[in-house]
Parts: sequence; C-alpha cells; structure tokens
Amino acid sequence: MTVPADVLVVGASAGGLAVAEALRRQGHRGGLTVLGAEPHPPYDRPPLSKQVLRGAWERERAHLRSAEQLGALEAEFILGDAAVRLDVAAREVLTASGRTLRADAVVLATGVTPCRLPGQDGLAGVHVLRTLDDALALREHLLAGPRLVVVGEGVLGAEVAASARGMGLDVTLAGLGPAVLADQLGDRIGGALTRLHAERGVGLRLGAAVRELTGSGGRVTGVRLATGELLPADAVVVAVGARPATGWLAGSGLRVDDGVVCDARCRAAPGVYAVGDVASWHHEGLGRRLRLENRTNAVEQAQVVAAGILGGDRPYVPVPYFWTDQYDVKIQAYGLPSAAAEVEVAEGDPEDGRFVALYREGGAVTGVLGWNMAKAARLRRPLVAGTMTLAAAPAVNVSTRA
Amino acid sequence: MNITVDADKCCGAGQCVLLAPDVFDQNEDDGIVVLLDATPPEALRAAVREAAEVCPAAAITVEERP
Ligand SMILES: Cc1cc2nc3c(=O)[nH]c(=O)nc-3n(C[C@H](O)[C@H](O)[C@H](O)COP(=O)(O)OP(=O)(O)OC[C@H]3O[C@@H](n4cnc5c(N)ncnc54)[C@H](O)[C@@H]3O)c2cc1C
Ligand code: SF4
Repeated sequence: MTVPADVLVVGASAGGLAVAEALRRQGHRGGLTVLGAEPHPPYDRPPLSKQVLRGAWERERAHLRSAEQLGALEAEFILGDAAVRLDVAAREVLTASGRTLRADAVVLATGVTPCRLPGQDGLAGVHVLRTLDDALALREHLLAGPRLVVVGEGVLGAEVAASARGMGLDVTLAGLGPAVLADQLGDRIGGALTRLHAERGVGLRLGAAVRELTGSGGRVTGVRLATGELLPADAVVVAVGARPATGWLAGSGLRVDDGVVCDARCRAAPGVYAVGDVASWHHEGLGRRLRLENRTNAVEQAQVVAAGILGGDRPYVPVPYFWTDQYDVKIQAYGLPSAAAEVEVAEGDPEDGRFVALYREGGAVTGVLGWNMAKAARLRRPLVAGTMTLAAAPAVNVSTRA
Repeated sequence: MNITVDADKCCGAGQCVLLAPDVFDQNEDDGIVVLLDATPPEALRAAVREAAEVCPAAAITVEERP
C-alpha cells in the first residue's frame, strides 16, 4: 500500500483531532486538513454537561488544545464549514461554502446529532445539548428561570439534572425507563442512581412517556406526560439519544446503518475511514458490529485509523470505557455492562457509597463498574478484557449517551 | 520532556496509567491522576506522548524541551 500524501479529516472534535495528532506522531509528513462544521477550535464535550453548564469553567477551559499546540500540528483547520457531499472514488469532499477538498485518504469523524421531540423546534426554551453553543445557551436560560424539566433518563439527562440541581434549580427528570440509566446499567445500579437523584431533590417521573411539549406565545411552558400530568417548566432539556451525523453521506455509496459501516480496521471503503461516535465497525473480539458513543473510544479508535492510513494493519479491538459524574459520584465503566447481566458487588459497599460491581453474562465478566472507586475498577479491567476476545452474539448499538 | 497534569480536569479514566504505569498512577480515593515522574527517561517518552493525546480530559501537558 502506498502511504497517502494528503489526508482530509471531516469533523474537528475529539476523534478528528486525535487522528490528526496520531498521524503526525506516527510519522505522517504530508498534507493534513481538518474540516469542521462548528466555528470553534476543537473542544471537549464531557465538560459541557458538567463544569461548563454549572459555570465552574470558562468556556476556553473546554478547548482540547492551545492555539500553540494546534499550530505545532502543521495541519490546516477549516472551521465553520460543513461537508455536504463525499465522492468516494475520487476521495473528494464538497463543502457548504463551495470548497472542493481532495485527498488520498479521508477520515469521517462527524459524530452524532441529538434526537428531538416533535414540536420542539418551534418553541423557545427547549434545548438539546451537544455543542458548546448549546451548553452556553442552556446555561443562560437556566440562570433566568427556576423550573427545569429534563426529558430522558440516560447519562446525558442524568448529568444535566445533577448539574442543574447544583445550580439550585427546581428539576424534574422524566424518562421512559424504569430507573435512571437502567437501560445501560441495569436495575441495580440504576436503582442506586435513582435514589441518588431523589435524595438530591430531583423530582422523578420514570416509566413515563412524554405526550407533548406545551407552549404559549412561542415559549415552552411545560411537558405533558402520557398519564396526563403536566410538568410546568421555564426550560426543557431533551436528552433522548442521538443519531450518527451521516446525512451528508447520502448518495456517496457508503453503507450507512446506524453509523458508517466499517470493517475491523475502521475502513468504510478504500482510502475512507471512520472514527468516533459515527463509526460502526466490526469488533473482532466480540465478533459483531459495534458503535460506541464515548470519549475514550474516539481517541483510541483514532490511533488505529492513523496507523491504517500509514500502511499498518491493525484491527480495532478495544475494551469500551466510559465515565459519568453526577453530584459527588464518579462512575467508571469498562466493557459492556448491560441491563441483561447479573450484577455482583466485588469490592466496597454500596451503603458506604464506594464499590466495584461486576456484570456477568453466561458466566463471563462483561462489565466492571466503579462507583467512587476509579482505581479499584481499573485494576479489574483485565477481567473484562478477557471476555472481549471471545466471539459472541449479533450486532448491537451500545449508546452510553442517551 | 517535562510533564504537567491538571488534577482538576482529570476524570479518573486511568488511560494514562494503562499506557505508562511508570509515569502515572491514580489516587486510591478518587482515581485522580498522580504524576510519578515529571521528566521520564527517553524509553518512556513515546508512551507519555500517546497518553497525553488519548487522555479523555486533556489533563496531561507535555513540554518537549531538552
Ligand atoms: C454533553 C456531553 C457530555 C458527555 N460526557 C461524556 C462523559 O462523561 N464520558 C464519556 O465517555 N463520553 C461523554 N460524552 C461523549 C463524547 O463527548 C463523545 O463520545 C465524543 O465527543 C465523540 O467524539 P467524535 O469526534 O466522534 O464526535 P463529536 O465530538 O460529536 O464531533 C463531531 C464533529 O464533527 C462536526 N461535524 C458534523 N457534521 C459535519 C460535517 N458534515 N462537516 C464537517 N463537520 C461536521 C461536528 O460539528 C462536531 O464538531 C459526552 C457528550 C456530550 C454531548
Ligand atoms: S488519562 Fe487523563 S483523565 Fe484519565 S486518569 Fe490519566 S490524566 Fe486523568
């Protein structure tokens, strides 16, 4: 394989930046262009629902690198311009402003776009949270009115609820699942999280479908549940999951099926790779397709993509990992914890607010979860790393952010 | 090479410890990064650079000076 002279990365966030950095570190001396739809230099998303929303950090602190560090990369950053079309055979990208960018290798790193509720777009005061601008707009709004309703009991909804309580707001969390994060972490840990939110004063409406958003004069006034109950609100956050940002790839010929479908080396077509939240690749250890929405996946996958572009031949076989911070609780999760697994406390004690839990399916450890016990959890990571090399069942989408 | 860590940004992921256990450790209590060696020997530097890149909190800064 010839090493490409020019590489184009589409998406200038965690995954895209990490590919650019890994390419340089692994010896790429050729052209390097990073195209990003947002006007901001690469910034980090996890703080958006935590430190940035609470106002603990100035927005600049969320930037992933300093201007100096970005300069040292010797990459051309084209920001505030979105890719609108990809010609796979020519490896050519057309942008919204009319630029045509051609490269020998193209990396798709466009992440995901939040799902919305019907009727939300016409109503002021209803927010999604994915970008820095989203976070700043939401924060401003939270400072203006005391009643927040969060729709969605996944990680994002739970973090927003926790941050807003920390700001002294009156918060109600409504979601379809039986417990906070039950879909991802099961009833036992989900139950513990639900108690945590209740203790901190969040009003919980679980197992509750949203019927509609109510408004008056173009502003949201509340959320009506299927039970008929109306939750009055000054602001609403809709955190009901996200879809891969692949609309611009329509007609490209690439296979898109809940993400850009890739082989075990994260290749979607010759010279075309995908990385991060948008990539659905074949995990050889699990023997199935996987798409992860978490921060470490974006950078770890980037290492494999960069190596592949430079002629390496490495499959991407990670042990998935994510963390979430809610109030003073820090959760770390390795592997694929799921609602179907049996959960057993291996160390510490939930009563003391510090423990490590193991998730088992069919006798094998499939997940390790630390609750305020980060190091002890990491030390048990090898337990789950072992099972990630076994062949297993059909394609799933593991979305840790919902 | 000179390494600095921002404990306030660290989310306790431990990715750095997996990559360079001689340079980074984690606090037993909260999992926050502990820098064991701010000026590691040549042999460890590639792993440290990778750790700084993959740290999911951008909490590790590496200054490349002789
Ligand atoms: C509020 C929030 C909190 C989170 N907290 C955690 C956490 O605690 N732990 C954890 O593990 N993970 C967390 N995550 C998930 C983590 O941030 C993502 O997994 C990570 O950002 C994925 O990186 P990415 O580069 O694949 O995608 P993204 O970060 O989504 O970046 C994609 C980029 O591509 C750009 N783009 C999209 N379409 C185009 C186009 N057509 N042309 C050009 N550019 C385009 C977008 O503007 C965006 O900047 C959180 C996410 C959010 C939103
Ligand atoms: S990799 Fe980064 S976030 Fe994780 S423990 Fe190390 S310094 Fe902290």
